[in-house]
Order: sequence, then structure tokens, then C-alpha cells
Amino acid sequence: MFLKYLARRLLYVIPMLFITTLIVFSFILLIPGDPVLALLGENATPEKIAQVRRDLGLDQPIITQYFDWLKNALQGDLGRSIFTGQYVHDAVFGRLAVTFQLVFVAMIISVVGGMFFAITSIYFPNSWMDYVARFFGTMGSAIPNFWLAMLLVLFFSLKLGWVPATGFTSINDNPIDFFKGILLPAISLGAVGTAQITRHLRSSLMEVMSADYVRTAYSKGVKRWRAIFNHGLQNAMLPVVTTIGILFGNLLGATVVIETVFAIPGMGQLAVNSILQRDFTMLQGVVLVMIVMVIIINFITDIMYAILDPRIEY
Amino acid sequence: MSIGTVFKRLMAERLAFFSFIFLMVLVIISIIAPFIVPYDPIEQDLMKVMASPSAQHWLGTDELGRDIFSRLLMGTKSAIQAGLFAILIPLCIGVPMGILSGYLGGVVDDIFMRIVDGIIAIPAILLALGITGALGISLWNAMIAIGIVFTPQFARLARGQTLQIRSEPYVEAAKISGAGAGWIMLKHIIPNIAPPIVVQASFNLSFAILVEASLSFLGMGAQSPQISWGNMIQQAYSMINMNAWMIVYPGLAIILTVLAGNFLGDGLRLALDPKYRKT
Repeated sequence: MFLKYLARRLLYVIPMLFITTLIVFSFILLIPGDPVLALLGENATPEKIAQVRRDLGLDQPIITQYFDWLKNALQGDLGRSIFTGQYVHDAVFGRLAVTFQLVFVAMIISVVGGMFFAITSIYFPNSWMDYVARFFGTMGSAIPNFWLAMLLVLFFSLKLGWVPATGFTSINDNPIDFFKGILLPAISLGAVGTAQITRHLRSSLMEVMSADYVRTAYSKGVKRWRAIFNHGLQNAMLPVVTTIGILFGNLLGATVVIETVFAIPGMGQLAVNSILQRDFTMLQGVVLVMIVMVIIINFITDIMYAILDPRIEY
Repeated sequence: MSIGTVFKRLMAERLAFFSFIFLMVLVIISIIAPFIVPYDPIEQDLMKVMASPSAQHWLGTDELGRDIFSRLLMGTKSAIQAGLFAILIPLCIGVPMGILSGYLGGVVDDIFMRIVDGIIAIPAILLALGITGALGISLWNAMIAIGIVFTPQFARLARGQTLQIRSEPYVEAAKISGAGAGWIMLKHIIPNIAPPIVVQASFNLSFAILVEASLSFLGMGAQSPQISWGNMIQQAYSMINMNAWMIVYPGLAIILTVLAGNFLGDGLRLALDPKYRKT
């Protein structure tokens, strides 16, 4: 039965991938006027224009263009950068690991931070801890991440000198430098996630903790913390799994801002640079890979949810 | 439920009501800012660079001697405009799409909703960035992009609500008495799906202001000499060692506005609830 459910979800993912790729591809239709002229600028030679038009396949009908692009993309060929001539898949996959490490640490911060705040808030209702947790839950989604990043850089890098203000070291090269470098970017990125998980987990914990079976547990003499961890969390975590899935996409998107602030050579920075250089094939490639990642993660969280929730019928 | 009732309930929710007033004040400032600013926000005064706050310059001046308070007031316009676009475009495109999709069902529904699913799968800021990149970098295009980004959410919401209302007895009754689809959508569906859409619009206002600030910060939105709180922060970042306050003011402006939108959304959700009870 579970395999059937898995297959059904997979069948849903395929049209999804098809539609999102179509959307990403059709970005090029939004370019006002002649896209080639817009890409190359007014001073391009006619030969160059003709060449780029051919390279992009723009002399073909749009449907043919899309399927050609899709066919190549499925084979891992995302074309060449208009700006540097570099293969798009080389550039994108070279940066994938960097962005993935950043988002991964930010996710850990979000989940651990969110669980900490939500649980303390429930355990000590109306205490100062509760107010701090609620404050973070409200403020976390209102603070612009790049602004928070700058304040963190100001205090921890420029004033205290504890961590570097910019740059990135891969965990494979030097784990200590990796953690020093990733700390501020991951906190700035994860703040909104911490807030979201705090809010969702707190409200779902509140609901669970007033359920009959928790009251029964209390009356049998179960300690408060045991009730929260054994009964509360187990049930309250379910809606949070969905939040985590959505969060991944948001954090991945937010890397365009955070990687720019911290000069981290990841996919977000590549996306921003490609727009500034009007490097359209590169932008398509970056966005496509990011979206595929989001769809895969959402697929995994759907499956996780089904495994964790015994009530789901396949 | 009349607008008067909703307004009365909203007034009882103090935080939401203050947020509403605050946002209204911002809307007014965004319109009259050019007439009330104490200094020309783009005029440089190189004799007075990086001045500390004083009676003449309430928040001091920036690295080119421009009055920060005046710039902050002018920045309101970008933020409020972005917020309005993020509500208007989805209301004009997303909501009708959602209603049609929900009411008609069938193939139309399938096609619309698959497109909506596809767009929602793309992280908001990335989609906004992609559209802005294609349309060409400008504040105007950034706002259009923000509007497009929010459209599918409204379509999905409107569809879900329409599906619920469609099977209500009073809609069935209207159908039996011979009312056409257009009439039913206009007279029954739209008024009944309005409350959740109004609530969503309020939250979108907040999120749109954050996205606009982010795009302008990245140099994809407001271009100098246009002023946005986002590009004020970006310009101030290069001066962070000399005057960190220049970063703080526009940041606080963004936070307060976003919070106001969120609180108003919370308040509206309570006030528009048919099962409303005073808290």
C-alpha cells in the first residue's frame, strides 16, 4: 500500500516538474522587444546577434524551443552562459554544495531554535521565557534578513572580531573555519525559520496539551516534561514537518540575498550576478536547479508525513 | 456583516487598530512626502556629510550630506506602492481565476490549478528576481513581479473558498430559481469569499514590503536616485564602520511596517470571523 502511495505522489511530481520548467523557460518571453538585442546590448554585431539567436534556438517556434531545451536539460545540459561562454551546469553544480551547506545549517538552526522556544514557552507559560519566545516568533518574520545579517556582522565581526564578515570555507577543507564562516549567514537565514517553527509548534503544542489523553496522562501522575516530550511533541511535530518542507524552499530562495551580503559563492549569488549581467541561460539554469531541489524536498516531506502519521490512508 | 461592524470589532482589537492607523498614516505620507520633507532627499550637501542627529537634521545626514529623515519619508512610497501592487494584481487576476476554477471545475480547474501549483513551488524571492531580470531592472518591474508572485496564492485561496460556497443551500436555491453563473458568482460567491481574501491581503502587504526591500537591496528594484528603504540599507552598508545608525533607521521602518501588516491581518481575521466573540 505504501508503495502505491509513493507511486501516486511521484506521478504528481512529474507534471509539476513539467509545469515549473515551462514557467522558467517562458521567462525569456517576458523580455520586452527582441531578447537577443536585450541580452547583447545595442552595440552587438549582426554576426553575434545571429549566432546567439541560433544558439538559443530563437529562430525556432516557441514549443520547439521548449522541448529542445527540456531534452537537453534532462541530459544535464543547460546550455552555455551568454556572458562567459561557461557551461551552465558546471557553474551551477559547482556552487550547489556551497548553497546546500548554508541552507542545511540554517535549517538546523530553525528547527532546533524553533523547538527550544516553543517548548520553553509551553513549559513556562506567562513567564519571561514565554514572552521572549513569543517575541522571537513575531519578530523573526518581520526582520529583513539582510538587515539582521548586517547587524550581526557589525557586532560579531567588526566590533568583536570573533568571526569573518565575508567568505566561505567548505566543510571538507577546514571544519573550524567552515563553522566560523557559516555561523552569521546561517543565523540570518534561519531567523525567519526559527520564528515560523516557534509559532507553528507552539500553537500545535497548545492544542495537543489540552487534549484528553494528555489530561489522562497527568491524572496518572505523569510529570509535566514527560507529558510534553512523550505525548505533546510526538503529535505536535506532525504539522511542523509540513512547515519544514515549505521552509526549505523559502530559505533556498533567501540565499540570493544572504549570499550577496556575505559574498558566499553559492547559487544565490550566481542568480543575482546573472541578472546583473543579463546572462539569461545562466539564470534559467540556476532557477531550474533550485526549483527541482524544492520539489524533491517537498516530495520527501510528503512521504515523511505519511510515514509519521499512522492515520494517513494510502 | 457590514463594514461598520467589522470596523467596530477591529477597534476593539487594540494592536490591530493601531496597526491600521499606522498603515493609513504611511499611505498618506507616501502620497504627500514630496511636499512635507524638510529637505530635498536627493540634494547633496557636502559641507554636512555624516552629521549627527540635530534640530536641523533629526536623524542626521548620510555620506553625501543628504537628510536621512527626508529620505526615510520618501522611501515610504516604494514600500507602500509595492504593498498595493501585491494586493491589486492578485485581486484582479488571481481571484477571478480562482473563482472561475472553483465554480466551473472540470478541465478549466485542472489546468488553472496545475499552473498555480507550479508557480507556488518556486520560492517567492527567486520568482520575483527571475521576472524582474526578464522584464528589465527597475522599481516598476520589481513591483509587477511582486504582484505576479502573489497571484497564485490568491487563486488557490479563492478557489478553495468558492468550492465551499458553491455547495451551500442558498447557492443551490439560486441555481434552481434560474440564476446564471455570472449572477451567482457576483452576488453570492464574491461577497462570501471576501473575508479570507481581505485577511490574506493584509499579510501579503507585509511580505511584499519585505520582498521589495530585498530586491532594492540587491539593486534589482529602486535605482538611485529613487529611494527605497532597501537601497538605503544597501548604501548605508558601505558606511557601517563610520555610522551604523544609518542602517538602523530604514531597517526599523521596514520592521514596523511589516509588523503592522501582520497585526492588522490577525485583527481582521478575528473581526471578520462570523463566530466572533469579544476577547
